[in-house]
Amino acid sequence: MAVLREETHTEHAARGSQSPAGGGAPALPPVGSPPRARSRWPKRAELLLLIGPALVVFVAFVILPVALAAYYGFFSWSGYGAATDFVGLRNYVTILTDPAFLEALSHNAFIVVMSLVLQGPLALGIALLLNRRLRFQSLIRVLIFVPYVISEVVVGLGWSLMLQSNGALNGLLEKVGLGGLATDWLSDPSAAIWTLLVIITWKYVGFAVILFLAGLQGIPDEITEAARIDGASYWQVQRYIVLPLMGPTVRIWAFLSIIGSLQLFDLVWIVWGQYVAGTAGTSTMATYMVANGRNAGSYGYGNAVAVVIFLISLVVALLYQRFILRRDSAVTTTGGAH
Amino acid sequence: MAIAAPVASRPRPRRRVSEQSRRSSLVSYFVALVLIGLMLAPVAYIILGGFRSNSEITVDPSGFPQAWAWSNFGDVLASGSFWTQVLNSTVAAVCTTVFVVALGLMAAYGLSRYAFRGRAAVYALFTAGLMFPLTVAITPLYILVRNLGLTNSLAGVVIPQIAFALPLTIIVLVPFLAAIPNELQEAAAIDGLGRLGFFFRMVLRLSLPGVITVGILAFIGSWNAYLLPLFILNGEASYTLPLGTQAFASQYAVDTAKVLAFTSLSMIPALIFFSLFERRIVGGLTGAVKG
Repeated sequence: MAVLREETHTEHAARGSQSPAGGGAPALPPVGSPPRARSRWPKRAELLLLIGPALVVFVAFVILPVALAAYYGFFSWSGYGAATDFVGLRNYVTILTDPAFLEALSHNAFIVVMSLVLQGPLALGIALLLNRRLRFQSLIRVLIFVPYVISEVVVGLGWSLMLQSNGALNGLLEKVGLGGLATDWLSDPSAAIWTLLVIITWKYVGFAVILFLAGLQGIPDEITEAARIDGASYWQVQRYIVLPLMGPTVRIWAFLSIIGSLQLFDLVWIVWGQYVAGTAGTSTMATYMVANGRNAGSYGYGNAVAVVIFLISLVVALLYQRFILRRDSAVTTTGGAH
Repeated sequence: MAIAAPVASRPRPRRRVSEQSRRSSLVSYFVALVLIGLMLAPVAYIILGGFRSNSEITVDPSGFPQAWAWSNFGDVLASGSFWTQVLNSTVAAVCTTVFVVALGLMAAYGLSRYAFRGRAAVYALFTAGLMFPLTVAITPLYILVRNLGLTNSLAGVVIPQIAFALPLTIIVLVPFLAAIPNELQEAAAIDGLGRLGFFFRMVLRLSLPGVITVGILAFIGSWNAYLLPLFILNGEASYTLPLGTQAFASQYAVDTAKVLAFTSLSMIPALIFFSLFERRIVGGLTGAVKG
């Protein structure tokens, strides 16, 4: 017990001094004293063997490309041969004055806010529901997670066939006498972004539910039991005990959701494609990047857009870290949340 | 322990199955049913559509199959390209998963059980990886992979996928490995097991819940990956299922029923995989998200 308590103590100290490295950078638990005194070289060799491979792959294929993007962003470059046509900040000026990019940026901002507003409460409700003892609990969970598990391509193709003007949704509306509501869900600029939000919510709410369920399982039964014994109703327990304890999990989810929304690409690209996304008002920074970078043969420009996306995400992440995650010492997790 | 003791010693009030609680659980089932309906309706549309004929779909886009046509599925299953893509996706997902788990476990072990200078910095570097999403790196990554001569090969997809899955893997695994008591390691050392021996004989088994969680996430992530294969794989022969599905959809744009059949078939493996391990995923993440 004493050992345990001491360890928690040092853990808090370590957490306090943790620098804001990644977005939700978790604290690294301290290492206990090594079991035996050993000479240093075998230990170093072991360490190199253990950490080396992961570090090499990670630096070569994650860090290096991002650094390369920063470099190529200063060039006008077709992607072949050496980049020699140095243009300074011209790419960046073009990006930041291009109405198409600013429009994409505004779509991203809208998606960030609406994803939080739509998915957060919905996912909390679902997680509370699934956390109750229900019969067929496992089956219910699997069925609710189906959209999260299937690929963006399947989701995108399915929804776009369903929503096209002569598709199933309009057909259904016609059948139940609501034909007046039928519209061109995908290409009508006033409807398309909401269509996108519905698809995003449907696809990614499951991820939030998984995280929230994991968070709920971390709340000891004793606490809620005690409150129930003291006469609190189910809803009072959820409102005054469970929800406050869910704070760290919700904040981590929100962080991942924001970052995911800023990087959104797949669904828009599959449902709307390069050209329609612009006219329907669903383009994002990432679709702008691929359309005007690789697909236009302007690799220098595409890299510059990548740098802009990265910087925007970084600023948002640091602000979030500074003002919201600061209170939590929680460890984080991720996985394609939008 | 301190909290549990007094509660346990107090006699628990016997819970009556009251009318109210029965009603509230009925409400729960009803809400769950509605949710399942909403989540499955689009999937049902895809699968049922695969059993219809194109004329049926044109006349009544939201109807049920009149005569269940298995031929759409049969045609897809009889085509070689579908199986090539299944094979490609499987190879990519299995390789990604195996290497992510192996490299991630090794690195997490080094980071959680060795005291060395720069440990915090290395860990911070990996966690910073969460801030470098694939979207940002994709353009230079494509050039890098091209320069390595790996375009159109699964290795060109697998290696970057490993790299991008490492941060999450390490973050989830470190708490598991750090939680293994030192006493166990000391006992193993007394029995003549070195630190590396300890790793292979004990750590693998003790961190299994975390390993399964990150393994499933890596597998499903790879199975569903779109952006990276879109950039790296250009030839039909190297297509993974998501790319193949999209190519099929644009190639047979007029044959909606067959597209829906193809799409239904392509989502089956991930669904099976996930339903087998659903409970493990939530369990494995509990350690990672606790406040």
